[in-house]
Amino acid sequence: MDTESTYSGYSYYSGRSRGSHRHGERSRDRHKSRSKDSRSEKSVTINAPPAEPLLGDSSVRGEEVQDDNWGETTTAVTGTSEHSLSQEDIVRITKDLEDSVGIDCRRYFTLTLAVVLGLLVFLTPMAFLVLPHLLWPEKLQRCGTACEGLFISVAFKLLILLLAVWALFFRPPRAGLPRVFVFRALLAVLVLLFVVSYWLFYSVRILDSQDENYQGIVQYAVSLVDALLFIHYLAIVLLELRQLQPCFSVCVTRSTDGETRHYNLGQLSIQRAALAIVENYYRDFPIHNPALLTASKSRAAKHLAGLKVYNVDGPGNNAAAGLAHSQSRAMIAAAARRRDTSHNELYYEEAEHERRVRKRKARLVVAVEEAFTHIKRMQEDEQKKAPGDVMDPREAAQAIFPSMARALQKYLRTTKQQHCHSMESIQQHLAFCITNNMTPKAFLESYLTPGPTLQYSRERWLARQWTLISEASVTSGLKDGSVFLLKCIDFSLVVTAKKIPYIQMSEEYIDPKSHKFVLRLQSETSV
Amino acid sequence: MYFVPGQPVTAVVQRIEIHKLRQGEHLILGFSIGGGIDQDPGQNPFSEDKTDKGIYVTRVTPGGPAEVADLRMGDKIMQVNGWDMTMVTHDQARKRLTKKNEKVVRLLVTRKSLEEAVKHSMTTYPKQ
Repeated sequence: MDTESTYSGYSYYSGRSRGSHRHGERSRDRHKSRSKDSRSEKSVTINAPPAEPLLGDSSVRGEEVQDDNWGETTTAVTGTSEHSLSQEDIVRITKDLEDSVGIDCRRYFTLTLAVVLGLLVFLTPMAFLVLPHLLWPEKLQRCGTACEGLFISVAFKLLILLLAVWALFFRPPRAGLPRVFVFRALLAVLVLLFVVSYWLFYSVRILDSQDENYQGIVQYAVSLVDALLFIHYLAIVLLELRQLQPCFSVCVTRSTDGETRHYNLGQLSIQRAALAIVENYYRDFPIHNPALLTASKSRAAKHLAGLKVYNVDGPGNNAAAGLAHSQSRAMIAAAARRRDTSHNELYYEEAEHERRVRKRKARLVVAVEEAFTHIKRMQEDEQKKAPGDVMDPREAAQAIFPSMARALQKYLRTTKQQHCHSMESIQQHLAFCITNNMTPKAFLESYLTPGPTLQYSRERWLARQWTLISEASVTSGLKDGSVFLLKCIDFSLVVTAKKIPYIQMSEEYIDPKSHKFVLRLQSETSV
Repeated sequence: MYFVPGQPVTAVVQRIEIHKLRQGEHLILGFSIGGGIDQDPGQNPFSEDKTDKGIYVTRVTPGGPAEVADLRMGDKIMQVNGWDMTMVTHDQARKRLTKKNEKVVRLLVTRKSLEEAVKHSMTTYPKQ
């Protein structure tokens, strides 16, 4: 140690070059040990990165005095901390988020804006027609036949416009999107500008100059209503029709279990595409079952649990990044070398589980079939039965439920679905099946395979609040290769978009008379 | 026997002379042929190249004139009495072999073992 202290004044690089021959000796030793170790397969060779100086830097000297026992006294951070959340807390938080004031405020704001704009649009033509009568009635020309005909046309066009606006815009909102809906905003601005410009013209040229030609004024009002109808047509095309033609094929993958579905979407902004995908998610994806994921997590924990890395070179290695790098590489090498039998365990465990599930399923099917034989629909001519024997569907379900309850409960426990179904829901489903003359197989189908999320009651959904995570702006359109995430509390949906290729189709005409055939000959003649 | 379309076909052939045997009213040669340009070449079990539409010997009756003359099953007939048999229909081949006024047919046949024998002889005995 004393000899090394004389080098402390040198810089890092010179220190390294000075110690290079010693580094060479050390590496020779390492070579020897490596060749020895390669014969025994259990040992691991760790090649630390060469950028470490043998002689400590002055910065590391301070930490030289490291207590080798320090690992024994530190406390480990376990999985639970003081800020642990239970499932009920999470549900409560989501409920709070839904009832938050901010989102409602925005919704009411847009609603009031829309109502104001609508009122403005509808009252303007009528104002145009009524104002001359109010302001200068004596100067006004009489309204002839053509003019009165125009009144009728204004009235009907306004009625059509009213119905069309009601059909297109007065629908309950299906979602709250993060950003403003660009097309709607543009259309609102367009309508506003349009009406304002008409008012300007009216006020300057007609009100100020008090025009007497009433027919001209009526025609002006009619042109306004016509133009509003055309703007409504534009609204239909932009809001409804443009995205109908499929342009992109999106691939949606759930991050927890890899369930993938593909959808065809048209030209939409990212937020509208996300909305369409979430609506399809509730219908197509089987319900997210966290109980099925614990097995792989425990396996992953077991893989690295048996390995611990000790740093035997002491505090001489100062490159912290190099240290962590060599540690992780050491762990990977050790994990690759050791005899891992976890694949064996997995195989047998899965086979055993499969067998158990099939056995329970067989018992369940038999129990349900037997239960269904105990009741039958009462025929009309059997009215003479005592009223005590006659049951409505709910009572009938309650009567036969106990005989199949145990088998069903055991099956749900084995397939880890027991939290998705409550007793009440099972009985309700049974009553429903009895009422609609369903067979036992139809009744069982909803329990044998996990169905889509919509099938279960609302409190099992666990996925009501979605967050859209995207690198591109959410109001920009979908592009080929755009990727975004729809994050929920328990899992996220990864969405990739691909453009549907341009399809070049050509035709080929086949004459029906051209279908002719010959036998495949392989004759053998003896000569 | 791989051939390049448009190029002349080269093959190692053996001359076989068969004397027809009178059997009742007919003169028989004692073998059967298969193949032809009107037949399906994929079903020929003897050809190496499955697009080869030549005439092949599919059966040799034991003790017949063909067997006596050392004709073997699987031989491809290249010429009959000077007439080409590599591009003929099955019926044309049959007719050329069964001409009533010919008592002897001289065939040129080729088989895989001939080629190999020639190659073998060329390699083991260096050029002298």
